[in-house]
Amino acid sequence: MPHRTFFKFIAPSLFVMLLFIALPILSVAYQSLFIEHEQILVEVENCGPFGCEKELRIDTEAMDRAMEESPMGRFNWLGTYANTSHLAFAEVGAIWRDSDGPVSALRAMLNLPFYKALIFTIAYTFIVTPLGMVLGFFVALGVNSIPRLLKGPVIFFSLLPMIVTPLVGSLVLFWMIDSSGVIGANLQLLLNDPQLSLKASPTLTWVTLFLYGVWHAAPFSFVVFYAGLQTVPGDTLESAMIDGASRWERVRFVVIPHLMPLATFIALVQLMDNFRVFEPIIGFSAAANATSLSYLIYNDLRGSETPLFGSAAATSMLTIIGVVILLMPVLIRTWRDFNRKV
Amino acid sequence: MSSKARSRSTTLVVFSTAFIVLWLIVAAFPFLWTVWGSFKVEADFFSRTDWMNAVTGPVTQARTGSAFTGAGYHGAWVEQEFWRAAINTLIVTVFVTLISLTFGTLGGYALARSGYRYTFWILMAALVFRAMPHVTLVSGYLLPFFQLNIWGILPTTIIVIVAINQPFTLWMLHSFFLSIPKDLDESAMVDGCSRFQAFRLVVIPVMWPGVITTGLFSFLLAYNDFTVTAMLLSQENQTMVPKIASFLGSTQAEGKVMYAVAAVVSAIAPLFLLVLFFQKQIVSGLTAGAVKG
Repeated sequence: MPHRTFFKFIAPSLFVMLLFIALPILSVAYQSLFIEHEQILVEVENCGPFGCEKELRIDTEAMDRAMEESPMGRFNWLGTYANTSHLAFAEVGAIWRDSDGPVSALRAMLNLPFYKALIFTIAYTFIVTPLGMVLGFFVALGVNSIPRLLKGPVIFFSLLPMIVTPLVGSLVLFWMIDSSGVIGANLQLLLNDPQLSLKASPTLTWVTLFLYGVWHAAPFSFVVFYAGLQTVPGDTLESAMIDGASRWERVRFVVIPHLMPLATFIALVQLMDNFRVFEPIIGFSAAANATSLSYLIYNDLRGSETPLFGSAAATSMLTIIGVVILLMPVLIRTWRDFNRKV
Repeated sequence: MSSKARSRSTTLVVFSTAFIVLWLIVAAFPFLWTVWGSFKVEADFFSRTDWMNAVTGPVTQARTGSAFTGAGYHGAWVEQEFWRAAINTLIVTVFVTLISLTFGTLGGYALARSGYRYTFWILMAALVFRAMPHVTLVSGYLLPFFQLNIWGILPTTIIVIVAINQPFTLWMLHSFFLSIPKDLDESAMVDGCSRFQAFRLVVIPVMWPGVITTGLFSFLLAYNDFTVTAMLLSQENQTMVPKIASFLGSTQAEGKVMYAVAAVVSAIAPLFLLVLFFQKQIVSGLTAGAVKG
């Protein structure tokens, strides 16, 4: 296809992607270098029936003028990245100087908002992704062996946790697990602990979120693995059997190698999706015990009265760097494959 | 295939059946429970004394005279004007799907037919874009949108969701068009068609299966989106998902949590129907990416 025709065809698609994905990344990078104007205070004398009082007030006029002069706020260079709510260099330095061991130092770092979110996001990504894949694989093996007639309905119900809106799905589970929901209340009775609740301890909150994540992620692995199982070569299975391979050995040495390329694909997609974990934190009202990088950005923009654009942008940039690191192995591999092909 | 390699021992059959039954309960029970419970009053659905209350509904019976009540739905749809959110969701999803598919088929077709090196780079860039957490992008739009005064309205949100969907749509349609033989449109061009004519007259009539599958996923992405709609829509333009989130803050405090439960069930119902009718397409779409990409 000549270049001209190609670009005519792809122009609309390329245009929206550049305008609403590439440009915002640049815009975020630029925004992260600024912070909000300081409040300009003026002293006013307030005279009432009981005499006069001096009072500090925000000078809205001066604020408006400052906003008009530089709508982005004050230039702060990389200051936002270094402050307490982001990389917190000063605090981290102090923690490592004063702590008596790496474990207690890590524990202390969990009090810093950015590191707390980062550690949760990484833990969520690398715990939920493999567990979801393992569960999906076993469900696929199971569904593959049931009678044909039942397969349709079973697949239908298995798809639901993935198809349903993440926020809605997490709410549905939250209402069951919460202290007055069916699972929560019965757990309290069973363990004889009326104080037991999701919000009681960070560990419990984390485990609940991980369980939700596996529940939400497993159907995708299931569907892809199930499709892969349909193409496992029957001849190879039979010859493995003649060679005396047990059932497990056949799964281990024939089925799993056959599904390996699919597993790489699933892992890639799930790593990308789990890294932006956000909705379950809202659904489970878990923000007190567990926050993710995406949640931090949302909170900066919607949590306070005036959106903290600078702070949100700095977290966004750090998140984007995280995504690029996450994708690096895939990108390098694809690049090598591509060069070999050409 | 009934060959011996596929036959199983009884213990294994029992074990795997039990496992599947357990999985089905885990996957489906929460939804059935919530749908059932949405027709009860709060004291029954969130009963601390006996979970059977949520099944039989004694308090519901005492208060309304019947074991089922539509009070939650009435509260959500009429009192809290959830219908407005439903209409907004309809507008957003329909337009996002249509525009995504239009842009996506053109782009995906071009990527599948051009043999130049830059197609690889465009696909790689799309992969990186696909991985960007949506909220990081939204934090880039928010300030410019405020300044241009286009924040809060539906068209802005629609085009943003289209753009966020585009990498996925491109990948999927690209691999679909690769499966349509090149000879088809090339022979049309030998017969004197231009590229556009060949696309319109030869490719469009055979592309519908792939387009419908991709459309389903565009629809799902738009329907399920929370990040973009929660940040870019003003109160009165909210779609269903952010509306449900706003129920959590305001109505839960007033003891009207059943409104949120009813709204959640209302939001699940269309998805239920979608999977019911398009199960085959959804499954094939999920696997197409894996097998070909």
